[in-house]
Amino acid sequence: MSEVKYSKEHEWIKLDGEEATIGITKHATEMLGDIVFAELPEKGSNVDKDGTAGVVESTKAASDVYTPISGEVIDTNQMIVDDPSKINEDPEESAWFFKLKIKDKSEMDSLMSKEEYEKFAKETSA
Amino acid sequence: MSIKKTSLNNLHIKYGAKLVEFAGYQMPIQYKDGIIQEHKYTRSHSGIFDVSHMGQLFLSGGDDLTNDLEKIFPADLKKLKTNQSKYSFLMNNKGGIQDDLIITKTSDGFLIILNAACKYNDYEVIKSKLHNQYKSNLDESLSLIALQGPEAKNVLNKVIPGCDSLKFMNGNNYVYKNEKVYITRSGYTGEDGFEISIKNSDAETFVESLIENGSKLIGLGARDTLRMEAGLCLYGNDLDNDTSPIEANLKWAIPKSRIETEFVGSEVLKNQFQSGVKKLRVGIKPDSKVIARGNTKIYNDKNQEIGKVTSGTFGPSVEHPIAMGYVDNSYSTVNTKIFLEVRGKKIPANICNLPFYKKNYVKGEINV
Repeated sequence: MSEVKYSKEHEWIKLDGEEATIGITKHATEMLGDIVFAELPEKGSNVDKDGTAGVVESTKAASDVYTPISGEVIDTNQMIVDDPSKINEDPEESAWFFKLKIKDKSEMDSLMSKEEYEKFAKETSA
Repeated sequence: MSIKKTSLNNLHIKYGAKLVEFAGYQMPIQYKDGIIQEHKYTRSHSGIFDVSHMGQLFLSGGDDLTNDLEKIFPADLKKLKTNQSKYSFLMNNKGGIQDDLIITKTSDGFLIILNAACKYNDYEVIKSKLHNQYKSNLDESLSLIALQGPEAKNVLNKVIPGCDSLKFMNGNNYVYKNEKVYITRSGYTGEDGFEISIKNSDAETFVESLIENGSKLIGLGARDTLRMEAGLCLYGNDLDNDTSPIEANLKWAIPKSRIETEFVGSEVLKNQFQSGVKKLRVGIKPDSKVIARGNTKIYNDKNQEIGKVTSGTFGPSVEHPIAMGYVDNSYSTVNTKIFLEVRGKKIPANICNLPFYKKNYVKGEINV
């Protein structure tokens, strides 16, 4: 059974055993507007919890993408680099950003559940 | 100071605008469709822009007004025919641009359209340079609506018949609901279009009737991507107090007949006309999909800094990142290879011709 959690930086993370898939939330895409550029971490590189692991740009501005958990990048989603508008269309499924082999499962503990995140997103965007 | 609202504020909310503060006004950055759809709708159909935050300065009274305005602006105002418009500048003594503006000759004087963030200062500067001798009114009882795009003429003609006969950079008086409106054929998108000056109390119904005839409200976000594709400058980004019209590559807006005459900043401009300038505004096309925004540093192939980006975005119609900025004059030739520093990496790019998107204005008798 996979576990899905959310960060205050508006990333979602889905954990299957030691493999985590990370992307940005639908709420994040609504705040950003039309996404026209995506940059992803290098395959094989290591990323640290809360560190920068990519960039998305709308017509208006650039925003960093952070990783909610530490690990080694084992895969990246070329589809969103080739067509960044896919991130607006399907942010929480097919338009994932990168996959990690995680180091420390306990880093998941500080992240939010779906209900907690929805409440957080509503409060911070009001 | 509390935030100001234009007469279309309720309409913005009704059509789902995301509102932001811009130059002291609450303005729509985008509506429900989003910037890219709004941009494309303007290019393929027509878009309505609330530009009521801009200043509408009316000057009149006195035979010497034209002469005295020529001491301020480097435009050929004596040759301007009634209802004809010219793009010009309010400059400081160093030839730097305090504002870029459109001057239209009206039946009894001149109408000057000023940028929102500059308008109150411009008003004081212009009044003082005219020694308060003339009637002047920065009229805030009027709204300003731009209608832009290939369908603009058809849409507007249904609401205000006859306006499709206007030539580019010309205006005239029309009637809407028994009230006078002043319409010019001009704009800021690279498309054919109009700017309609209308009483605040009529603005909302007027815009609703444009919407009923197939047009859509467009926010400031798409206004910015449209003007960048058209290679047009945004005051505060691409033009400022330390930049002259020559450096901004806007030499075309200074008529030859005025170069030898006196106006604010004329000595500096005359010098620059003769000896050239050190920096020049250019178009920039990155090789890759990376977007270089304002303030991105520009380097040559020897890693020496040669300039700075002043505007940059993704161009929805050209489907590629676009930018403009200032480079050392020796790097301003089209196809010169340059490098943009984005997030610590040097991104290759080329100097290119402006505009990025080809203009589609209705040509008229624009040269006097």
